Amino acid sequence: MNTIQAKVSEPVTEELALVQAAKGGDVGAFEQLVKRYDRNVFRIAQHITQNREDAEDVVQDAFLKAYGNLNQFQGQSKFYTWLVRIAVNEALMKLRRRRPERMVSLDEEVKTEEDSMPREVADWSPNPEQQYTQAELRDILTRTIQGLPASFRTVFVLRDVEGLSTEETAEALELSIPAVKSRLLRARLQLRERLSRYFQRGGESGEIGLKPASGDGNR
Amino acid sequence: MKCTEFLQELTNYLDGVIDDRTKSELEDHLAWCHNCYVVCDTTKKTIEIYRDSQLYELPEDLRTRLRSAIVSKCQGKKKVGPEPVS
Repeated sequence: MNTIQAKVSEPVTEELALVQAAKGGDVGAFEQLVKRYDRNVFRIAQHITQNREDAEDVVQDAFLKAYGNLNQFQGQSKFYTWLVRIAVNEALMKLRRRRPERMVSLDEEVKTEEDSMPREVADWSPNPEQQYTQAELRDILTRTIQGLPASFRTVFVLRDVEGLSTEETAEALELSIPAVKSRLLRARLQLRERLSRYFQRGGESGEIGLKPASGDGNR
Repeated sequence: MKCTEFLQELTNYLDGVIDDRTKSELEDHLAWCHNCYVVCDTTKKTIEIYRDSQLYELPEDLRTRLRSAIVSKCQGKKKVGPEPVS
């Protein structure tokens, strides 16, 4: 079985030159950095906040904060990792503001290992996503990932959607590497479990109104 | 190897960060345990489906609007000079 490869690769030296220029006040250089990463920041922000307007605010606030604090970027990590850390913090602040009744933290240990043990082991159709229209599929994927606790979906999005390494994810989220790995495993298994009801061979219900199978959703 | 042990290593296995010996133990397990094979295969598909899903793409018009707002605010605070690191 092939392994899953991370997809991020960028010319680091060129990027450092842009950062240096931006530090010197070159807004054009900073704009290049915005162009390079605005889509990623928007995606991450919307996954965390689950709200389009909040995600738009996060894009602006994160880049402005990055610009204002460029002097604190020491170049020991990648600029993107540093930016993601700022964006995740901004997004979590939005989420906390919108849901003050819940403490939202990346440190939360949600439930026990039991919540991730596979219960559904039926195989999937060969190309399960093709059973649905694009809009239906998007709806299924959105609802499914939204049911995960914030700490799980953030790790999943950074590692598996944005392609950060485990080390970069740990750095961006200020978590230990074992904590990232544990959340990633549980996020992957929970998503798999929830998607099984739509994608399993011959047994799809076509039901879009997804309800979480267990009470570990974020609601 | 038990199924729970297999699951503990699943993320390392899918990410390809695993030593040869553990990898061959996992693959021995996969060869006879159909349930773990299905879980492994469908977890891999889960990751691929999300990676290819293009959820939350930033529309070009919004992208342009956000970028001009960012750039104009940056110009507003241009040349803040070296700030002391707090």
